Amino acid sequence: MTDSPLASPSARGTGAAVLAELGRVVVLPVHLAMRLLDGPMRGIQRVIGARRMAYLFLLPNFAFFGLFVFLPIGINIVFSVTGGTALFPSERPYVGGDQFAYLLDCGSYLDPGTCREDHFWRGVANTIKFVVFQVAAMVLLSLITALVLNMKIRGRGFFRAVYFFPVLLSPVVVALIWKWILQRDGLLNAAITTLGGQKILFFVDPSWAMFWAVFVSVWAHMGFYTLILLAGLQAIPADLYEAAEMDATPRWRVLLRITLPLLWPNMIVVIVLALIKGAQTFDEVFVLTGGGPGTATLMVVQYIYETAFSNQVQNFGLAAAASVVLGVVLFVLTLLQFAAARRKEV
Amino acid sequence: MRAATPVLMSFALSLLAATVFGGPAAADTTTLRMTWYSDGNEGEVMADLLKRFHEQNKDIDVVLDQVPFKAINENLPVQLASGQGPDMARVVDMGGLSRYALDLRPLLKDPAYWDSNFGPFLAWMRPPGETQAIPGFMTQLTVSGPFVNKTLFEQAGIAMPGETASWEDWAKAVKEVAGKVQAPFPLALDRSGHRFYALAVSEGTKVFGANGEPEVVDEGFKRTAQLVYDWHKSGVMSKELWGSVSGTAYRGANDEFKNAQVVMYLSGSWQTSQFAKTIGNAFDWVAVPNPCGPGGCSSMPGGAGLIAFKGTKHPKEVARLMEYLASEPVLAEFYARALFVPGHLGLAKKGIDYPTASPDVAAALKVFTASAAKISPIAYRTQGYTNSRIIFNAVISRLGQAVSGETTLDDAYKRITADVAQQIAERNKK
Repeated sequence: MTDSPLASPSARGTGAAVLAELGRVVVLPVHLAMRLLDGPMRGIQRVIGARRMAYLFLLPNFAFFGLFVFLPIGINIVFSVTGGTALFPSERPYVGGDQFAYLLDCGSYLDPGTCREDHFWRGVANTIKFVVFQVAAMVLLSLITALVLNMKIRGRGFFRAVYFFPVLLSPVVVALIWKWILQRDGLLNAAITTLGGQKILFFVDPSWAMFWAVFVSVWAHMGFYTLILLAGLQAIPADLYEAAEMDATPRWRVLLRITLPLLWPNMIVVIVLALIKGAQTFDEVFVLTGGGPGTATLMVVQYIYETAFSNQVQNFGLAAAASVVLGVVLFVLTLLQFAAARRKEV
Repeated sequence: MRAATPVLMSFALSLLAATVFGGPAAADTTTLRMTWYSDGNEGEVMADLLKRFHEQNKDIDVVLDQVPFKAINENLPVQLASGQGPDMARVVDMGGLSRYALDLRPLLKDPAYWDSNFGPFLAWMRPPGETQAIPGFMTQLTVSGPFVNKTLFEQAGIAMPGETASWEDWAKAVKEVAGKVQAPFPLALDRSGHRFYALAVSEGTKVFGANGEPEVVDEGFKRTAQLVYDWHKSGVMSKELWGSVSGTAYRGANDEFKNAQVVMYLSGSWQTSQFAKTIGNAFDWVAVPNPCGPGGCSSMPGGAGLIAFKGTKHPKEVARLMEYLASEPVLAEFYARALFVPGHLGLAKKGIDYPTASPDVAAALKVFTASAAKISPIAYRTQGYTNSRIIFNAVISRLGQAVSGETTLDDAYKRITADVAQQIAERNKK
């Protein structure tokens, strides 16, 4: 223990000594526990072999995931093939694929009005619209912001903090702040009327409502994606830029030939995460617009929530079937994204 | 060891004392849970009454869980379905939760008192087919009805329509007033199926067919839907309320009315105490009788009941508490302090004194009490129907879509019929 870095002479200041002592107090029991486990672990390794030890280490985490992820997924699938309003699976009548058949019964999938469960399909259409606009705006703005914040500008640290700040806020708080700004007697309308304009009812016009849903979502989450891209930009070797500078390569060419190709893995992460998060959007838009006007900003997840919990007949089966459909779509999208990324890498 | 002996001795003595003096009392105390939501001050009043009950009944301790109204509609049913519900709760969807209700009749000292004073309302709380159960009592009878900003009418120099004026008369008047005083909401209706039916019953809807099953879309219904639709087109109603949210979401206009932006607001008697407190002297407001239509001038009755649940482990204690709260003097005090229209026939007949009520509030309560006498039997039947909220929710969801321009009224009618049939079938699946 005496040769521990914690006890090195350089650490012997007053505060450092206290910290070193504290560290020793924390480390000691862990160290002892490790020594105690050492014997049994060696025994197990002797029996099952070194390669299989990896599975042993994965097991505790897998059990945790199993309990809180795989078990609920299993229960969800059970609910999707049962009907009625009972809460316990044993009390629910088996209906096979009826919930899916009801959900997918459409005259034309391009026109939600022809579907039996039109709210679900309106939610699907809105979610696709939301995801397309949101991901495009999110990736583009995050990229521009990251490129600017990677330059040697004054107050760079301050701006990085400012852009990241909304990420720390709860989605509900974000939505409430923007609701106060955008409502009839909100800040934006106050500014418009001060400038001599007429109040705009942002949450009454379907196009405005969708625009603000996308805008608020981008505003709230852009900082996170900017950070990922910024990390990617900083990992690009500086000598590549130096070489380009020596060759007098134009900036746009440097961007297209060096920055973007080397940033591609980070871009893939950003696109996949933005896509998945976009498809799961609920709380922000729900608080901001309530899904309205009509169903103009009703998202799939809100449909699932309302079908399961806020309707008088709490239709868990239908909601579970919609969850399964959403889960499958997300899974396929993720696979496609990864396939695209892999092809690019090759 | 010498130092440890007195410590151990004193610990042993404390344990003995706790067993002898504290033990039996603690073991005999039954804790009951009551889930409660409030529109006004009724939570404070109930907390006060429960404290008094505990002073007289030391063996029963009641924990009052005060929750938002949304939790009563969305969380409580799941809690009850999972067997984790409270012993009692104040609920609005009495029919929807009736399958979880406890029949207090065998546990009550005087069931006849309940039959005679809560008789018509007990049917709202009973499971379908049940005719004898006593699941609880009404914490208030509510009557839907309009509040009018009298000051805006005076500023506009326009006379208020009279007592038997139609909905169209009122719509015309409030539009004129709003135009003159620049109020953004001439007429506001809570985005609620219950409030919609205050119009629909007056417009002559029958709700049920000859076989007793719901036939929601009839001529009276269509007339009402057309009115609401046209009012949104002509600016009598602002799309901001019905058109700004989706699905079954409730949207009130309390804030807009308090801020003097609404000329006429169709809500109900439960808002009285809140408006008295929040509007104060800012402007004069009155409650007016429900406007009329071809079906009469009916309001929608409603209210909240305090219901006991059969999942309770202490049915006897629950019955004792319910007897105390439903007794005439206690309930009279509750109604008087909470400024509620009584849901107790004896007290309704005697009349409640509202000593804390301002003249505005007293006048409003008088109007609502008078409106209660004009309620149509169809309105009572609709309110008491087990699946009424299925109908209410389908109506606002689909009509909301038509109002926001997403679908046509005809399509909304078809969807309402399909939604009601599908949800009732789902509920009946065994």
